[in-house]
Amino acid sequence: MTEMIRFVQGNEACVEGALYAGLEFFAGYPITPSTEIAELLSGRLPTNGGKFIQMEDEIASMCAIIGASLTGHKVMTATSGPGFSLKQEAIGYACMAEIPCVIVNVQRGGPSTGNPTHVSQGDINQARWGTHGDHSIIALTASNHQDIFAMTVDAFNLAETYRTPVVLLLDEAVGHMREKLTIPAKDELQIIDRLRTSLGKDVDYHPYLPREDGRLPMSDFGGDHRYNVTGLYHDMWGFPSANPKVVNQLLRHLVDKIENNVHAITRYKEYYLEDAHYIMVSYGSSARSAIHLAEERRKRGERIGVLELQSIWPFPTEVVREKCAAARAVVVVEMNMGQVLAQVKSAVEHPERVFLANRIDGKLIAPHDIKKLLRVIQGKGV
Amino acid sequence: MAVTDYLRQRFFPHMWCPGCGHGTILNSLLRAVEELELSKNDIVMTSGIGCSARISGYVDFHSLHTLHGRALAFATGVKLSKPELTLLVPMGDGDALAIGGNHFIHAARRNIDITAIVMNNRIYGMTGGQFSPLSGPGVKATTAPYTTIDANFDVVKLAIAAGASFVARSTAYHARESTEILKKAIMHKGFSVVEILSQCPTHYGRKNKEGDAVAMLELHKTNTAKLGSKQLEENPNLVARGIFIQEERAEYCIEYGKIVEHAQRRNVK
Ligand code: SF4
Repeated sequence: MTEMIRFVQGNEACVEGALYAGLEFFAGYPITPSTEIAELLSGRLPTNGGKFIQMEDEIASMCAIIGASLTGHKVMTATSGPGFSLKQEAIGYACMAEIPCVIVNVQRGGPSTGNPTHVSQGDINQARWGTHGDHSIIALTASNHQDIFAMTVDAFNLAETYRTPVVLLLDEAVGHMREKLTIPAKDELQIIDRLRTSLGKDVDYHPYLPREDGRLPMSDFGGDHRYNVTGLYHDMWGFPSANPKVVNQLLRHLVDKIENNVHAITRYKEYYLEDAHYIMVSYGSSARSAIHLAEERRKRGERIGVLELQSIWPFPTEVVREKCAAARAVVVVEMNMGQVLAQVKSAVEHPERVFLANRIDGKLIAPHDIKKLLRVIQGKGV
Repeated sequence: MAVTDYLRQRFFPHMWCPGCGHGTILNSLLRAVEELELSKNDIVMTSGIGCSARISGYVDFHSLHTLHGRALAFATGVKLSKPELTLLVPMGDGDALAIGGNHFIHAARRNIDITAIVMNNRIYGMTGGQFSPLSGPGVKATTAPYTTIDANFDVVKLAIAAGASFVARSTAYHARESTEILKKAIMHKGFSVVEILSQCPTHYGRKNKEGDAVAMLELHKTNTAKLGSKQLEENPNLVARGIFIQEERAEYCIEYGKIVEHAQRRNVK
């Protein structure tokens, strides 16, 4: 297959990325503004032998993809705020039982039913802490369709590598906007498949005994190794255990396998950062406005740049600290009450120089919204 | 193979109380699997949360011990993604029909080839004896100190109305009968529901003065009668046992297979 150029919605770019990554099973439930993902996959998946199922609710969709992942398939579900809330219990299960899966959340305004057809980035913290108990998780995001495609592929790669749920945080604006997408030729992007055990039929397989590098080779349900999968703390056989040593070890493993690999997981882009006095930290559709503003101000000689985060969790603390070290001021541009702001403040050396440029009214934050704040910070007045 | 070959003996002794009906049901189920000569590698047992749900840890199949009420939703993902597998889903009454009620009726509606076993002891055992949607009125429970006023579901009627194509009922006392029914349920191509009345002497029995396990088992015998029996005809208050419905109907995974074929043919054109 050679590369192909299409004009698509962001949600469709996500579908293309998922299929490119090898998606084989999707379960979902209709919800605005992510429904297009389910609609498109209901048509596309069976054409290459994949499976699509519309479940009775959001909870069931999450459970079904976990079941399908265990039989050895690449799986995904897609939702938005209220559905993301409902899925949290099963997301925690996937964390605990270490089941690779991808959850797309096309964010809309919340809390509750909120603002279904309008943009928001209010689920950043929910992606991190939506499910109960200590755990770690990977969350990616993207600001344009080419990146949605790439981040979707990455979401699958990371899920399979770390045996974890990966959340892809899109938002209503990028999800519904149309722009050009170049679908790369086959083999152009790296596709990672899960590690499978090489142990033979009659060899005792320990599904939950991590190798030295922290990875656990899997065995597909239906194969030669029969083992137990549970959401309870469990020993190396997957059998429930409340032994303090087992509990302690497992929780540390679940957190460490992700937090210790923050460098490998971190994804970002930078624009005009080299000599920037003012740095905008942004992500998703907000980053489009930040980049637009930086381009415009650069033409006028202003030393301003953008750090666009593409991985949000585990938070790329070191990258943010490093990139912002020389900045006179850092402006976090996002569409919530400062969820990434809090992370940036705790990452940098001078949190008092970090400001929030936000919109929370369902309207896309515009370059002039940021500019107003910037002028105040720069002492230029509005 | 002996029945013990289907058990993970490493994890014994099991956690059930002495006299609990769940062990007997496990025994009936394993005999059914044995008599059908099913390969252990082809079976996935999915369960939820509760005393009943712990059954999946003890069997030497692929086992998936999931979330409270969600066993059928997980099982649907397993089955549709690999239809050649045999799915056994034992559930407790609260698990299957309170928190899991929605998944139960929708799995039945799809008629997906899964065998659902409702181990009905009319109580939440693991959490210490609260009433369930199958307790029915007039029952004492820790959350109904003055007795329950809640009506109960009739699992059989509910399953039939929701679209299950095989529906049966037996009891822990009728272990041999349970095995025979389970064999038919497992072989049935479609969603099968087998309700097996179980006993929880620890909580239900004690609270409701039904006596010990033996006395409770005795009640399974005296309170039930076979479908079509004279006994049942004479005393309609008895709970009917047997197979209520067994019909060939479009099965979900087979139907989806046709969708795949159709989509691929269209794609080639
Ligand atoms: S509490 Fe009741 S249901 Fe649970 S194991 Fe004991 S007897 Fe069985």
